[in-house]
Amino acid sequence: MYGQDTAKDVYRDALPVIVVSLVAGLFAGTILGSETMREGIESVPGLLLLLPAFLATRGGVYGSLGARISSGLHQGIIEPRFELDERLGNAIVASFINGMSVSVFIAVVTFIVLTLTGQSGSLLQLVGIMVVAGFLSAVLMLSVLVSVIILGYRRGLDPDNIIGPVVTTLGDVFGVLFLLVGVYVTGLIL
Amino acid sequence: MSVGDGGTDEWSIGRMVRTMVPLLAGLSLLQMASGSVLESFEATLLTQPSLLVLVPVQIGTAGNLASIMCSRLSTQLHLGTFELSPSNPAIRANTVAVFGLAATVFGIVGVAAWAIGRVLGGSLSVVEVLTISLVSGMLLALVVVVLSVVSVTASYRLGYNPDDTTIPVVTNLCDITGVLILFGVVVAVL
Repeated sequence: MYGQDTAKDVYRDALPVIVVSLVAGLFAGTILGSETMREGIESVPGLLLLLPAFLATRGGVYGSLGARISSGLHQGIIEPRFELDERLGNAIVASFINGMSVSVFIAVVTFIVLTLTGQSGSLLQLVGIMVVAGFLSAVLMLSVLVSVIILGYRRGLDPDNIIGPVVTTLGDVFGVLFLLVGVYVTGLIL
Repeated sequence: MSVGDGGTDEWSIGRMVRTMVPLLAGLSLLQMASGSVLESFEATLLTQPSLLVLVPVQIGTAGNLASIMCSRLSTQLHLGTFELSPSNPAIRANTVAVFGLAATVFGIVGVAAWAIGRVLGGSLSVVEVLTISLVSGMLLALVVVVLSVVSVTASYRLGYNPDDTTIPVVTNLCDITGVLILFGVVVAVL
């Protein structure tokens, strides 16, 4: 029965996924420490400043979407099927709106912080990077997260143990990668 | 309507956006604090890539552990079996598991980040990186446990669905304290 797990059960359930996300985290760290990314950090003022907020926002948006779907499944008000269920659809649309609006907000705040601390920065460049990175993240995270939770639940995995690792794994690796894509794309346009 | 009873209002787009956006925006503002810390260590980070590698892993693992603990507690709340008490077996089991997972993961991370950092041109010793990783990791586990229990309880008492609030709040606070703890330990060790 749910809720009667011992520490050993929780440890055993969580360890494999935590280790997978650890490997992904190291991969993200390696991208971050790479020559290309370090050049990006030096060429775009504010990139290091917005990095934690950007990475964390996806954790917040998609982690809470996952927890919501999980509770819905446990309560039996969401069916583990790939259908246009109204609740599931609403939750996905809301997550997309949340992710995009907060990404733009972060760009604006970063610009304001740069201006207040007397550093130079481009608002257009920061917003462009965040829109590109936020949009790519949303498409990837929403499709993978919903699929993994539903397929996992059907196979008897507890979604509560899957969400965090899936979100941070994909979020960190692709977050850092999409940030680089954003830097590249805005570099082409501006 | 009680919290998390699965009524349609609880799952409306407007409500999910209105609950989440101000929260996420506020938390991104807080994230700027950890972004500023990263920026102030920019020179050290660029010359010691091991530390840059540690950043996403440290943050990601904290977020993972927090998300596992929070969604487990919040699902219990929805099922009506959550009780805030040190003798609650679920809180105990989750706490022990979080510390066990942290010890396992941050041990591996320390060695891996050292090796990757070496390849990327860093000069820190394996003992230095491992100490930084383990000490900051265990302090972080403590923060994860305390914040998870406090925020699930608080969001319940304030009438918010814990799925919308606990994950964003706890992962964000863990990210921020993670960066602060990490660089506190870096300053102490190096």
